[in-house]
Amino acid sequence: MEITFALVIGSLTFSGVYLMLRARTFPVVMGLTMLSYGVNLFLFSSGRLVSGGQPIIGSTDTYADPLPQALVLTAIVIGFAMTAFLVVLSLRAKADTDEDHVDGRDHGERPEDPPGAERLREESN
Amino acid sequence: MNHWLIAPILIPLIGGFLQVFMGYAPLNLRRTLGLATTAMLVVTTFFLLMMADDGNYRAYAFGNWAPPFGIVMVLDRLAALMLFVTAVLALFAHLYSIGRTDVSSRQFHALFLFQLLGLNIAFLTGDLFNLFVAFEVLLIASYGLLLHGEGTRRTVPGLHYVVLNLVGSALFLISVGMIYSVTGTLNMADLAVTVRQLPAEDLPLVEAGGMILLVVFALKAALLPLTFWLPAAYATATAPVAALFAVMTKVGVYAIIRVYTLIFGENAGALSNLGMDWVFPLALLTMVMGMIGMIGSGGVRTLIAWQVVVSVGTILAAFALMNEAGLSSALFYLIHTTWVAGGLFLVADMIAGQRGSVEDRIVTAPRMRNRTFISVMFMLGAVAAAGLPPLSGFFAKVLIMKSAVPGVEMAALWTVILLSGFISLLAFSRAGSIVFWRNVEGHIEQPERLIFPHTVGAGALIALSVAIVVAAGPVSDYTDATAKQLRDTSAYTSILEMTMVGEE
Repeated sequence: MEITFALVIGSLTFSGVYLMLRARTFPVVMGLTMLSYGVNLFLFSSGRLVSGGQPIIGSTDTYADPLPQALVLTAIVIGFAMTAFLVVLSLRAKADTDEDHVDGRDHGERPEDPPGAERLREESN
Repeated sequence: MNHWLIAPILIPLIGGFLQVFMGYAPLNLRRTLGLATTAMLVVTTFFLLMMADDGNYRAYAFGNWAPPFGIVMVLDRLAALMLFVTAVLALFAHLYSIGRTDVSSRQFHALFLFQLLGLNIAFLTGDLFNLFVAFEVLLIASYGLLLHGEGTRRTVPGLHYVVLNLVGSALFLISVGMIYSVTGTLNMADLAVTVRQLPAEDLPLVEAGGMILLVVFALKAALLPLTFWLPAAYATATAPVAALFAVMTKVGVYAIIRVYTLIFGENAGALSNLGMDWVFPLALLTMVMGMIGMIGSGGVRTLIAWQVVVSVGTILAAFALMNEAGLSSALFYLIHTTWVAGGLFLVADMIAGQRGSVEDRIVTAPRMRNRTFISVMFMLGAVAAAGLPPLSGFFAKVLIMKSAVPGVEMAALWTVILLSGFISLLAFSRAGSIVFWRNVEGHIEQPERLIFPHTVGAGALIALSVAIVVAAGPVSDYTDATAKQLRDTSAYTSILEMTMVGEE
């Protein structure tokens, strides 16, 4: 069970980090969601993986720690709210900049201004 | 149990809720209530500051659950100091919001108060997971505040800020999980006891958790490799928000001071002074980066944002000396820099308001209408921030430099601090002389008039620098006592034996 669990956390985190580095808002949102799934599972496992245990000491042979579940619940709620906010913000950024790149402009397609061009333009105005 | 401890949480919470439901009430009513809430907060935190000055730890256990099982709020000198510094800054920043910032949105006052709520929980909490929750509360309010205002220029810096902080939250949870999996507790006092007695095979996990935690706090504090989100975000935020954000980096600094003196401090056995050999060089490099940024900034607000970066480096460098004098001087500098940076952001906004479309850019423009008042405010703020006598920055920097023990660290610290003072002076003089003195013919069509709340808000924050100098004796006595209290961790862990209601 431990190996499966660790692999799941690992692959979720891996995909999350990969997607976040794509620098487009939609993959970034997906990546953050994946990362938070991975983190939630990790947090869940910090109370050890127990099956058939009860969260009350002495009632069964194995004791299942209930606290990480409370922590995960809090983390899920917060993560959900933050993701919702980020989705709205990404839409706003797309509307404001006509571009889904996280910098608001695509570095690959449009030629960059030479250094100092912005300042020259300001001074000539 | 002392119920006054949760007053700094309840006041902005109730005030904020009222504002949410009053979105359509007359603006004057909302303003009065909002300002009354912040003013009440100043009075309460001053009362708590006096109460904490006797050197005792006061704990408040929610729902009468004894620590380490329930969540506790702990008031000590450091927490009380941070609460008071924040409340004073918030009052004047809130005052400045009158007339412009609070007109454009119905929810400004609510967001502002919720931001204070998050900050106050972060300063009071004695539980690592509760600190995470406090960070999230203050962050979600700060997202709203940062994007607050007209125009589209805040969208992209706001997006960067939100994504970075979400990654930071994920890292926070990972480190909390790692620490919990070994120690089985998240109460700070209990952690301080447990970490000391860990068996050797469990140490690497806690060490890794502690270092990831340092990364999270360094992101909030904007320590060097994680610095670059700050200037764009702060320079585009509206003035009262930027002023309030002067304390946001200090939350990261506060968390570092709290966790790395209490849990991973001198008494932590194998993990003592965890990460401090990293913090010191990084703090110095942060200052160097801040200087480069100050020299290269094209606008007054960007300049001040980089000055905030320099100040974070200064505080953390003094803290990483890991002696009592260093800690005390770091706190003295923290009080000074929070108020002055807040004041400077407000002054920069006045400059921008009177220069039409060039706003705060450091270029020639027609003469400002209220040039005398604004330039004097700017000069006083710059003198304080650069650390020239006779204002508070000078005394803070002297204290920091005196606290270094002769050696390599002292040489590095003195060099960088003296250089940062010189570069700040250079950058501020360049900005000031171009903005105030190099004028062109012409006039701005509709310059903003200075209104009473704006001049009072900005003027008072700058004047606090003078107040710190006048009260330098009591203030440094207080920070000395705070440093002493912080390094005596056995007193903090005694809150585990607090008597609950019904036990006495």
